[in-house]
Amino acid sequence: MYNQKVMEAFANPQNVGVIENADGEGMVGNASCGDIMKITLKIENDIIVDAKFQTFGCAAAIATSSTATQMIIGLSLDEALQITNAKVVEYLEGLPPQKIHCSVLAEEAIKKAIEDYRAKQAAKA
Amino acid sequence: MRIYFDHAATTPCDKRVVDAMIPYFYDNFGNSHSQHFFGRETEKAVAESRATIANLIGSSPNELYFTSSGTESDNWAIKGVALSRANKGKHIIISEIEHHAILASADWLEKQGFTVSKLPVLPSGVVDVDALEGMITPETTLVSVMYVNNIVGTIQPIKQIVEIAHKHGVIVHTDCVQAMPYMRIDVKDLGVDLLTFSAHKFYGPKGVGALYIRNGIRIDKLIGGGGQERSQRGGTTNTPAIVGMAKALQIAVDEMEQNNKHIESLRDHFVQRVLNEIPYVRQNGDLTRSVPSIANFSFEFVEGEGILMFLDLNGIAASSGSACSSGSLEPEHVLLAMGVPIEVSHGTIRFSFGKHNTMEEVDYTVDKLVNIISKLREMSPLFNLKDGGTYNV
Repeated sequence: MYNQKVMEAFANPQNVGVIENADGEGMVGNASCGDIMKITLKIENDIIVDAKFQTFGCAAAIATSSTATQMIIGLSLDEALQITNAKVVEYLEGLPPQKIHCSVLAEEAIKKAIEDYRAKQAAKA
Repeated sequence: MRIYFDHAATTPCDKRVVDAMIPYFYDNFGNSHSQHFFGRETEKAVAESRATIANLIGSSPNELYFTSSGTESDNWAIKGVALSRANKGKHIIISEIEHHAILASADWLEKQGFTVSKLPVLPSGVVDVDALEGMITPETTLVSVMYVNNIVGTIQPIKQIVEIAHKHGVIVHTDCVQAMPYMRIDVKDLGVDLLTFSAHKFYGPKGVGALYIRNGIRIDKLIGGGGQERSQRGGTTNTPAIVGMAKALQIAVDEMEQNNKHIESLRDHFVQRVLNEIPYVRQNGDLTRSVPSIANFSFEFVEGEGILMFLDLNGIAASSGSACSSGSLEPEHVLLAMGVPIEVSHGTIRFSFGKHNTMEEVDYTVDKLVNIISKLREMSPLFNLKDGGTYNV
């Protein structure tokens, strides 16, 4: 059902975990739907220097979270906000149609983590 | 490593079954309805197979109808009886834990203006038989409850259901697909009016099922055609598959005791080790009221597909519920009906053992499973090593 690239991302996920004292944190989804994704970011001068994820969900959810964290490390916040679920799916060379919604979670988690960071910055200022 | 723990989905053909079938592909390939000697040879083989199976389930040969599958038999039983008795009433009762073949047939009847009630299930995985009598109305014509549940393996109280239903003149069908090859089936002892079974669940070929219809039960036919199956089910008789089904059932019955003992020892060892070695796991279904072949677990804080795929990468084949519905993202209706919380139900895996499995395979699988669950929990935001797990994040 999944292609080789998705299988690899699922079987050897990168950036698993939680960043202590993260600058931004985003959690989306809910347990009854069977999908929760949490992304934590370390941000320096508006650049994402580290990203980690934790995911409760199917293989596609794990593969897309891992891929999304890999794609955003090193990007500015504005660049990271341009990483849509379609780009994650493209990087993975496609997902089965019924699994596309899993990739949306990764995009939403990143957006939420960046919003969290910006809200904290605004509060400080 | 190629380990098969999905015998509730299908079983491999026994070699002796295939050997019995082979002649009916080459030398004795005739249409059993042809008048010439090619036809007469196969007609004889079909008649003998029918007699063998009838004898093994305690029916008359003329009460046994061959179909293409358990699904076809279920469709025929539900729709055929409901339609033929529509002038008496348009209400049927099924259970909450039926196979999709029954659920889909009941849905179809609802679209035709019938009403369908569902007998509830207890947390043990056994239907609440005490609720049945109160659900029967003067309009009720049919009750259909499976003999053994395909997800958790629990045995349903069919005799009691028959007793209650017959008191009210209601016909009883049971889907017996998961009961064979673990239980002796005697239709007279069970007392049911119709009974479905399918060869590929007991080491026979795919593509052949049967429906027992007690003499005297009226049923509309679904598949019209030639005069096959006493004009009740059209379609050229599938002689090799029917010969294979008879051989498979004969072997299943002859070797049932030793196979059950072996399979039960595998299942019990597996369950024991999983419960001892993996925290936050829930075993679904009352094992004291189950066939020996199925172990169903919900692993908390992780999702079933990931478990299944890591097992697959390690050469272990299991199932996340029913293979028939694995294409869908719907949580398993049987577990929800049993009261398993929806978030927990997502982490459910069914292991179903068979006569060729070994204790080494069981031990290898538990070893891998321990690592897989801990790896997935490491990735889960619902779990951390220090505090354990919670769904309230």
